[in-house]
Amino acid sequence: MDVLLAFTRPSLDWHALAPELTLLAFGTLITIVDIIWDDRSKQTMPTLAGIGLLATLVPILTLAVDGTERSMFGGAYVVDDFSLVLKALFLISGYIVVLMSVDYIREGDYYENEYYTLMLTSLLGMVMMSSSRDLVSVFVALELLSIPAYMLAAWRKGGPRSNEAGLKYYLMGVFASAVMLYGMSLVYGLAGSTTFDVIAQELGSGSSNPVAVLGILFVLIGFAFKVSAVPFHTWAPDTYEGAPTPVTAFLAVASKTAGMVALIQLVFVAFLVRDDVIQPFFWLISALTMTVGNLIALRQTNIVRLLAYSGIAQGGFMLVPFAVAADAPARAIEAVVIYLAIYAFMNLGAFTVVLAVARKTRSGEIDSYSGLFQYAPGLAVAMTVFLAALAGIPPAGGWFAKFGLFRALLDAGGGWAAALGVIVAINTVIAFAYYARVLMPMWFQPVTDGDERPIVVTGALGAALTVTLLATMAFGVLPGLVGHFGEVSVLSALGG
Amino acid sequence: MEATGFDSWVLSLTVFLPLVGAVVIMMIPKAYEAEVKLVALGSSLLALIIGLYITIQFNYGAAGDLQFVVDKGWIDVINSRYIVGLDGLSLPLLMLSLVTVPLCLIYSWNHVPEPGNTKAFFILLLILSTGMNGTFVAQDMILFFVFFEIVLLPMYFLIGVWGGEDRRYASLKFFLYTLFGSALMIISFLALFFLSKDSAGELLHTFDMRVLTDVAGVGIIKSTQVWIFAGLFMGFGIKVPMFPFHTWLPDAHTQAPTVGSVILAAVLLKLGTYGFVRIAIPFLPDAAISWAPWIGLLAVIGIIYGALGCLAQSDMKRLIAFSSVAHMGFVMLGIATLTDFGINAAIFGMVAHGMITGMLFFIAGSVKERYHTLEISRLGGLLKSAPRMGWILGFASMASLGLPGLAGFWGEFPAILSAYNPGAGMPEETFRTYMVIAAIGTVLAAGYLLWLYQRTAFGEPPEEFAGHEIADVNRFEWIAWTPFLVGIALFGVWPNLIFNVTDDVVAGITASVEAIAAGN
Repeated sequence: MDVLLAFTRPSLDWHALAPELTLLAFGTLITIVDIIWDDRSKQTMPTLAGIGLLATLVPILTLAVDGTERSMFGGAYVVDDFSLVLKALFLISGYIVVLMSVDYIREGDYYENEYYTLMLTSLLGMVMMSSSRDLVSVFVALELLSIPAYMLAAWRKGGPRSNEAGLKYYLMGVFASAVMLYGMSLVYGLAGSTTFDVIAQELGSGSSNPVAVLGILFVLIGFAFKVSAVPFHTWAPDTYEGAPTPVTAFLAVASKTAGMVALIQLVFVAFLVRDDVIQPFFWLISALTMTVGNLIALRQTNIVRLLAYSGIAQGGFMLVPFAVAADAPARAIEAVVIYLAIYAFMNLGAFTVVLAVARKTRSGEIDSYSGLFQYAPGLAVAMTVFLAALAGIPPAGGWFAKFGLFRALLDAGGGWAAALGVIVAINTVIAFAYYARVLMPMWFQPVTDGDERPIVVTGALGAALTVTLLATMAFGVLPGLVGHFGEVSVLSALGG
Repeated sequence: MEATGFDSWVLSLTVFLPLVGAVVIMMIPKAYEAEVKLVALGSSLLALIIGLYITIQFNYGAAGDLQFVVDKGWIDVINSRYIVGLDGLSLPLLMLSLVTVPLCLIYSWNHVPEPGNTKAFFILLLILSTGMNGTFVAQDMILFFVFFEIVLLPMYFLIGVWGGEDRRYASLKFFLYTLFGSALMIISFLALFFLSKDSAGELLHTFDMRVLTDVAGVGIIKSTQVWIFAGLFMGFGIKVPMFPFHTWLPDAHTQAPTVGSVILAAVLLKLGTYGFVRIAIPFLPDAAISWAPWIGLLAVIGIIYGALGCLAQSDMKRLIAFSSVAHMGFVMLGIATLTDFGINAAIFGMVAHGMITGMLFFIAGSVKERYHTLEISRLGGLLKSAPRMGWILGFASMASLGLPGLAGFWGEFPAILSAYNPGAGMPEETFRTYMVIAAIGTVLAAGYLLWLYQRTAFGEPPEEFAGHEIADVNRFEWIAWTPFLVGIALFGVWPNLIFNVTDDVVAGITASVEAIAAGN
């Protein structure tokens, strides 16, 4: 009680909070503009949201230039290089998703203003997630990013599939939150604190308590739902297929990244001392996730579902470094961050092509890609680059992400790590088999419906495509670009 | 050591000029076909001219050292650098690659296979060229890996878009096999990165192939070495391809368009054997000694299996594809002996096989174009209907079966001979057995090639084609074929042109193997 009575206002570092506040301001601005100008304002919404996201990058840049590590609320909220790199990644992914959404949302006669407000809110949650170093702030950030996403998934109100998508995502998400909260309560009960630093100390000292294992596992399983790791992945394909495609892209990239970021902080800061629990857990779950995701992806005929399962498998790849979290922590974080950054661009790029093609074919079936090379060679080449990147074939960007995994595994060394490396290698091959199933009709088959009119790529989609394509190729040819950010983010996360 | 001035640019130019050409072509609208062709040929010829400059400037007195070296920062975070360099091992293969691509462009000048689209076809050939040239000059493992992989997608599309009936299956099979091998290969590269130590026992953490050649795996425990070698073996062995990973090759060759087959045979397969000589053996000589008898075994199985496979084929192109399996078996046998003689023969065999089998695939393509079939039983009388082509087929077949005086002989005969006396520390009886089996393989080779030649070239032209005018070798074919034909004869008469260049490098490799063997 004394603590409560003696409450003093925590000192706020306004500079450190500037990105969050900017984002919040723009979200509010969109709502106000909507209320005042109503219908007339619709045209400006995507622009406003885009400007908001880019404006938020400014304080992030100034913070990065400044370079000091800022910690608030007793270590619960930290702004360091790691968090800045990921905040920037969230905002850029968000910006690309906004570009992808412009025409889709406008033409679908959906609620434009609310859509962008919710997207900014969800991004705010993600931006907060990358700074959270405390169970409570992680949970708040997670809910802040998830709840708008539940609504976005059900955005096509008229479509039963979209409703199913939203509902499934919501129920599974809430269930996962409950499991996670239970785990957090156990961890808190043992550690007596919610900040990660203290948890790490408490878990490390004293005898091993089975309840600690239970708590850690529950927390990790909660996040395994969020990042759709097998066997907690069942919601993902239905949600991805039913949701509006830009939202699917948002979920597959930004939302998954947020889950991974939370896992990085939990695993590498709070739970690292219990490597006897986390390493086997992630070994198993990453091997399962890549293999099952890839095998099911082989059988898909719908491009969005295929990308959904491919996303699950990619998530499995991202979980690989966690299996050597304690043996090679620096390399492992680096590998995950690099993977996240490259994955964001290559996967968003693939979704952009899907959107552009669907504007003409009105279909998500892989067959509808037949002969794409004949009438839209640019899109076909772009899709080829993205799929090659996802498969990890140089010189497209993805190879460096896969390379990072192998590097972390071999740096850790030992039979188990090497075995996981071989599993990754085998999965790379399986993955190409289904990416090739998209490449084949595109390149090798004639147009099925005889409609060879070229595809008109709208300005916004063109911009999204350009950004993702350039980034994907640049990361492949000059991996140093992204490698640098990976390296920077390692040092600060482990520095404490 | 490092080259200066223009010499520091030449290797990068040979590698990237074709890529620049490809980018320029991308900007040219499809309708301007003549311009597309000229840019493609121009960029590849320019690369070839620079290649000739390199050949002239190359210091043959120091063929064992890397020359024209460039060492620049690339991916600092993983300590990988842009290192290119050329020695006597790279030079013949780089030249082979530089010569082959323009020939293929000329051959396809006016007849890009169905479904057409010259622009895309030439772009892919040029990208392929960049990957191949780069692999032969890269001296950093990551750079090597990137170039090694760049060739995959263009070849996949060449087979998949312009190939035959079963092209989808063949292209995917080709891709998945190679991808699997290279995924394991990169694991081995990383293991080498993390485990290699210098003589003082300090961890090196380098991808620099020059350094790794120097330390020769000392400091990595034997059992780990054997595993790392296994990964490299998968990466390179699938590419060669060695029995039992060869099954992608007949499919890919049969389905690929003519120039696809030519490039596949002439250059792509050599990436695998080159990897063995450049990376696997010098980096891990100790493991190489343990593996060599098994590689030799797979090589001779390949020789016999390929030859028997040839005898069972009814399709001319498929027969040539199986003969590739057999010939690459000889190359691998030469490498497996780990002797000067054997590895020199293997490198010679790579170049010779590239020209001869490339030539045979050219002819097969032209036969297919004229007869619209490659069924051996439906062909015949080529010497009557198109005498010049008939003679050229005869010449290439003779070269392929290893007739002395032509290039094929110098790849096969010394390889067999070297197995009589394998390198230090290796089981003599085993290799002598291999020698006998390989010798039987040459007899079989003579059998299937002569049989092929008899049935396609001798006799009367079949009635089926009686009414058709079968055109003889045309102008484009002459231009495309002459360099290979001249090369086959020239290197056959004067094999030292290649042996002199390669010998220094090979001596260096075998010296380090012998040092290790003596230590054991």
